Amino acid sequence: MSAQLSRRNFLKAAGASALLVGFTPRGLLAAGYEDSTLNPFVRIDSDGVVTVILKHFEMGQGTSTGLTTLIAEELDADWASVRIDFAPSDTAKYKNLLFGAQGTGGSTAIANSFMQYRKAGAAARDLLVRAAAEQWGVGVDRIRIDKGVITDGQRTAGFADVIHSAARLEPNPEPQLKTPDQFKLIGKLKLPRKDSIAKTDGSAQFAMDVKLPGMVYAVILRSPRFGGRLTGFNADKAAEIAGFIDAKALPNGAGVAVYGKNTWAALKARDAITAEWDFSDAEMRSTGALIEAHRELTAAPQYQARALTTDAVQARLSAAPRTLDAEFVFPFLAHSPMEPLVCVIEPTASGVRVHDGCQFPTVAHGALSSVLKLKPEQVEIKTLYAGGSFGRRTTPTADYHVEAAMAFALLGGKTPVKMLWSREDDIHGGYYRPMALHKASIALDADGAILGWDHRVAAKSIVKGSAFESALVHEGLDHTTVEGLADTLYQVPNMALGVSDFLSPVPVLWWRSVGNTHTAYVMESLMDMLAHERGEDPIALRLSLLDRSNKEQARMAGVIEAARDMSGWQPGQKRGFAAHYSFNTFVAVVADITVEGNKVHVDKLHMAVDCGVAINPDVIRAQMEGGAGYALGAIMRNEITLDQGLVVQDNFPQYLPLRMPDMPEIAVTIVPSAEPPTGVGEPGVPPTGPALANAIFAVTGKRITELPMTTAGFSFV
Amino acid sequence: MEYQLKINGRMRSLNAEPGTPLLWVIRDELALTGTKFGCGVASCGACTIHLNGNPTRSCITPVESAVGGEITTIEGLDDPISAAVQSAWREKDVVQCGYCQSGQIMSAVGLLRQNPRPSDEQIDSFMSGNVCRCATYVRIKDAIKLASDTLEA
Ligand code: FES
Ligand code: FES
Repeated sequence: MSAQLSRRNFLKAAGASALLVGFTPRGLLAAGYEDSTLNPFVRIDSDGVVTVILKHFEMGQGTSTGLTTLIAEELDADWASVRIDFAPSDTAKYKNLLFGAQGTGGSTAIANSFMQYRKAGAAARDLLVRAAAEQWGVGVDRIRIDKGVITDGQRTAGFADVIHSAARLEPNPEPQLKTPDQFKLIGKLKLPRKDSIAKTDGSAQFAMDVKLPGMVYAVILRSPRFGGRLTGFNADKAAEIAGFIDAKALPNGAGVAVYGKNTWAALKARDAITAEWDFSDAEMRSTGALIEAHRELTAAPQYQARALTTDAVQARLSAAPRTLDAEFVFPFLAHSPMEPLVCVIEPTASGVRVHDGCQFPTVAHGALSSVLKLKPEQVEIKTLYAGGSFGRRTTPTADYHVEAAMAFALLGGKTPVKMLWSREDDIHGGYYRPMALHKASIALDADGAILGWDHRVAAKSIVKGSAFESALVHEGLDHTTVEGLADTLYQVPNMALGVSDFLSPVPVLWWRSVGNTHTAYVMESLMDMLAHERGEDPIALRLSLLDRSNKEQARMAGVIEAARDMSGWQPGQKRGFAAHYSFNTFVAVVADITVEGNKVHVDKLHMAVDCGVAINPDVIRAQMEGGAGYALGAIMRNEITLDQGLVVQDNFPQYLPLRMPDMPEIAVTIVPSAEPPTGVGEPGVPPTGPALANAIFAVTGKRITELPMTTAGFSFV
Repeated sequence: MEYQLKINGRMRSLNAEPGTPLLWVIRDELALTGTKFGCGVASCGACTIHLNGNPTRSCITPVESAVGGEITTIEGLDDPISAAVQSAWREKDVVQCGYCQSGQIMSAVGLLRQNPRPSDEQIDSFMSGNVCRCATYVRIKDAIKLASDTLEA
């Protein structure tokens, strides 16, 4: 019987046409045909095409390339022809091994998938090798695979030729993984991104692009103040707008769903509706009062983040010959992903299908089923490309999924509804990086040695009251408020860190690198101030505070030296330096700037990163570039301010995004490492801002302690 | 109101209210979704199309003003400059989330049509209306220079 015939018969009998390799919910390797209950990590179709199933979504961070690299490497597949597909929402099968839930965040995608995806690829390869050996009657040690071609030295076969017999074999529970010297794709300097072609010809599908037969478009009229509740509305004027369908109050009092036959009709109709709100529980204050409230909170910290308490450190401060004192103020920041939020829900025979650039399927799935009163298995989430997130697409409340579900249900649950946000909705919409205020008082002896350090932070907690509280809050302290500071790698003696929660109806959220967005700015500015105070080189000071017998501190010293060396840093030069450790990744930055009067131009950033084994060096570089740009734009110019509770900024003309002329040249050095791979989506952000601030100080003598930098009278050209 | 628009070389007829931005006609009525919505106020460039060959922000272009003109969207790019730009974008792996990139490419093609050898400053100024929140600007600039070199060769 020829192989061709046998495969066809078997496939016909099995009613399927693909070899699947993945894991059981208990984490055991499993393989089978398409009709099996297995949810795969890799699928090999009857035409030999390999498809990698991505349990993490793609928001630009490069995961679709990274996870695919892991499978293709172990499988010895042909890179150019491997395809990608997003996994369905199924927590048991596709959970993030670090969260226990299906979701992407905290720069964990590669870290938690590294062994899992390699194992799936290796198991698939092992099945193909055994099947080929059996078919040709040779030992498995004779079989080689290169770029998708199987050979025993004499004959060759494609994956398609052996999947039928491979599917009948039991997968090896512990397949042999490659050793680093055998890697052909991992660490390769240039491996074309998997999403490059679709994103350059307009074919990549985002949730914003979904169009279904009979679909209506919905926008939400929300309270102009955070915490306001709808008491009534008048849609008479909207009725005059062609294409307006209806307007309905949301059942939770958060606003009005406005429906149109197309996006423009929905937007125009919303503009024509007037609404009344109850502001008795709303935020009515202005930014100045909010800052003052934060300042007052630092007088008596509610929680302690380090062993030494605020009270205990006072004696050291009062006995010291001098102290270095500083206060830092950080504004609310919007994430403003390029694709405004959007979620499409359509009815199906058994429930609903949701189209979304879904960052945290487990949370979205739970919220959608509860609002729609459906069983979890009646909700299907189809994940599409996400046009950026920077944290915005994961809210513990699944805010925009809930809005979409309410809008869908209010219309009767029979009509597909696309609920979308405008850019104004995004800027006005809350879920900001929290405002934060830091106060530091550092006691120094006559030689400038640190005797004690009283550090206090006030900010609204991101996770309190949410489903993430139990994981991230301990004894009342929200770790995300002080990450990067409470656990600083610098060996600073007698540091106390007191924390207070600011309370406000303004919803806050993780924003690319979370607490590190402010803690790194403060710590790295203080390091620069200390160095200046002591007349010491800022890099030398940092190195002197790291103990290289500790592995993390040694790696931190490694990136600091790498940035120093790649930039040709010499003590006394007018340049800025900062370094930070976040999400298990180390990044150091040297900033070169030109200043004319108060006009600053960032010329070049020299960035050194240690993220363990570099899976895709070019993706790492891209994330350093992008992270630096994201940080610069915000730190230079961005703030969300309130005027009696009303958000002042509306759209990009007021919330100015970084543009091409702002972008510096960026050089990236990836420090070689054999440690397990860690994330790169966020860690480029934290040290970039303080590197710029320290450069501005070096050149102008002005220390910027209130962001954005335009507040201090600088402009950026 | 019924309109006839010439888009990507084909006449298409559609219904829209006068004053509707071309962006929403292209996306919602013609289902050409490569052209993106980013701000609606001519401040981000995600909606850039070519109207009679010139990069144009479709979010503030009323549908009636495009009647009689030639509209090209990312889906309709079909000339040596566009091909060079798209392949340079792939060679440099410019994209991250990708949402801004149709608009970036439409602007870059427009730039190279007007100025085949732009300087860094000319690239900065021509492209400054196109926002990339992922900050892929370093690579966008590299890709434009690569495309220019390829076309020159
Ligand atoms: S959507 Fe047209 S410029 Fe932003
Ligand atoms: S690639 Fe994400 S906005 Fe440009």
